[in-house]
Amino acid sequence: MVTSIPTVAPRGTTWWRKLPVVHQLRQSVGLQRGMLVTGLVITGFFIVVALFAAVIAPYGFNELRNAEGLFGSQQPPSAQHLLGTTAGGYDVLSRVIWGTQTAFEVIIVALLLSFFVGVFLGLVSGYIGGWLDRVLIVIADAVYAFPSLLLAIVAAIVISGGQSSLWGGVFAAAISITAVFIPQYFRVIRAETIRIKAEPYVESAKVIGASNGRIMFRHVLRNATRTLPLIVTLNSSEAILTLAGLGFLGFGIEPTSAAEWGYDLNKSVSDVTSGIWWTSVFPGLAIVLVVLGVTLVGESLNDLADPRLRTRRKADVAPSTTAESSVVPDGSLDEVAHIDELET
Amino acid sequence: MSTAVPPTIVPPSADPVRRRRARPGSTLWRYLVVRFFLIFPTVFILVTMVFFLMRITGDPLTVALGGKLPPDQLAERIHAAGYDRPITVQYLEFLGQVFTGNFGKSITDGQSISTLLISHGTATLELAFYALIVAFIVGIPLGMVAAYFRDRWPDAVLRVFAILAYATPVFFAGLLLKLVFSVWLKVLPVAGRASTRTEINLHSLHHSTGIYLIDAFQTGDPANVADVLSHAVLPGLALGLLTAGIFLRLVRTNVIGTLSRDYVDAARSRGVNEFRLVRKHALKPALIPIITVIGLQIAVLLGGAVLTETTFEWKGLGFELAYYLSKRDFVAVQGIVALLAVIVALTNFIVDIVAALIDPRVRY
Repeated sequence: MVTSIPTVAPRGTTWWRKLPVVHQLRQSVGLQRGMLVTGLVITGFFIVVALFAAVIAPYGFNELRNAEGLFGSQQPPSAQHLLGTTAGGYDVLSRVIWGTQTAFEVIIVALLLSFFVGVFLGLVSGYIGGWLDRVLIVIADAVYAFPSLLLAIVAAIVISGGQSSLWGGVFAAAISITAVFIPQYFRVIRAETIRIKAEPYVESAKVIGASNGRIMFRHVLRNATRTLPLIVTLNSSEAILTLAGLGFLGFGIEPTSAAEWGYDLNKSVSDVTSGIWWTSVFPGLAIVLVVLGVTLVGESLNDLADPRLRTRRKADVAPSTTAESSVVPDGSLDEVAHIDELET
Repeated sequence: MSTAVPPTIVPPSADPVRRRRARPGSTLWRYLVVRFFLIFPTVFILVTMVFFLMRITGDPLTVALGGKLPPDQLAERIHAAGYDRPITVQYLEFLGQVFTGNFGKSITDGQSISTLLISHGTATLELAFYALIVAFIVGIPLGMVAAYFRDRWPDAVLRVFAILAYATPVFFAGLLLKLVFSVWLKVLPVAGRASTRTEINLHSLHHSTGIYLIDAFQTGDPANVADVLSHAVLPGLALGLLTAGIFLRLVRTNVIGTLSRDYVDAARSRGVNEFRLVRKHALKPALIPIITVIGLQIAVLLGGAVLTETTFEWKGLGFELAYYLSKRDFVAVQGIVALLAVIVALTNFIVDIVAALIDPRVRY
């Protein structure tokens, strides 16, 4: 396989094949591949929308009027306002589009923060052990058991004193969500660190006199991060839901500083009672679709990482029946080709 | 003392037998006791965190009333409420409040928080109960179906359903249900726990429990029961479907695991029919991990209850929490959150105990 490829190409192909998602995409088959591809398409679509919100959105997220005057409140969908206007007189479509940007900003900040804090704490706790480890694990467990939304609310109160303009809404929301995720990263990395600590190569590193810091960040950390892409994808969907929940309870971002779906849904509760559906349905659908896309990706990655749930190519789909019917499973050739691909 | 008892008195053959009999019981009891005392650090940590986090932003009076009162009046009230004392004194006082269950009065409307917790806690309990019923009825059978038809179309459909149930925020699901059933079809009430007439009937009861369904049965009037139930359908569905999706996925994963076991093959070869195979042979052992995860789901359920109650004006803890949050009344918020922490710790304890009783391998 490798020999047939011209001299320039091999490095390129092997490089991208090893990327987390690409690797799993090649590994997947059938239904699982379908789910993964669907998830990637939906997520990709929303990322594009988020990036080009300024170009796509017909109006700004806080625009109330154009050249012809005020938009008017609770206008049904029309040519000027494809999805209608809200009770506050904003254009629904524009706010949905700008909301995508807010959602992704919050996810990125929240995940980066919780990632660094959680990984660092987990590494230190697992490697050093002792009473520090005990204390941290009890705290992490207590925090993890608590309803994540309530935790985020408490954090939101601390960060902004309940007023959302103080810190810049995106940062405040992101840090509130961080409080929920740190225990998860902490637990995963700590467990891995404890396992890796006992590996011979860590002992060898100690023997040749490597410092604790070097062992922790070079030998342990590099090997402990295997499962993280998976948690990151699963967490980002939770982050969107937490953000929406915060917004729905009035801890979101003010409509003048950014568009946020949860806030819009909060404002639409009374609209629903009087039969005005467009103010709630569209922001709600946006949340559902983004979470759906990201979750499909995360779920597929999860299943592919778990050998019990991974669908094998043909041969192993129904082991008992194939064993009865033939000595050589008919998928064996595929299986060989599959292994071949993984090695290149 | 111990040297006076020669070891030869006990016959060597009896010793291992006695030890084997004594052990399982004693480790179970030790587990129960240790697990029980672990509730306290959990509650303690959460309550401490909530207290100090809330105080970082300043004393509750300034947050709630700052700008609404002249500074000298505000200072007077802060002094009267004791918020100018050292933080450690206030903290100890707060711990005492948690311990005795007396949380004082809310700042904005002067209501007793303990009374509020009891009257609204029952509403949340009722909602959580409805949601759990929906989750069990929907989640477990569908999970078995998905596992049995693994990787075929029913599985695909059900998995998408499960992910959708997770991806839809409870309040959006609630709004959609409301839109369809209350506004368009006009078959179910829009919001609240009961209509005004029924509420008056329920509150006039002598032994009112606060759980509307029980109270409605007490009145003996079927109209009351029907009214309470019709109000419960949409909130119960909205919150229950979220949990049902989680149950479905759990049951599916675990039943897939047990369906591939040898004893399932053995049962199949004995001619056990497929339905019984999944229901008895595969589901039962799969339920143990499911029970332990339900403990964590209680926390999710309570978080979801906050949002569901706000959507449906269901006057429970979550509804009150959202109300006091919007009023920036952090004394009330602190009380509600502390109570929820206790509930979470207690349910986790119960779940762990149930798991230990079912599965003898669960021990410390």
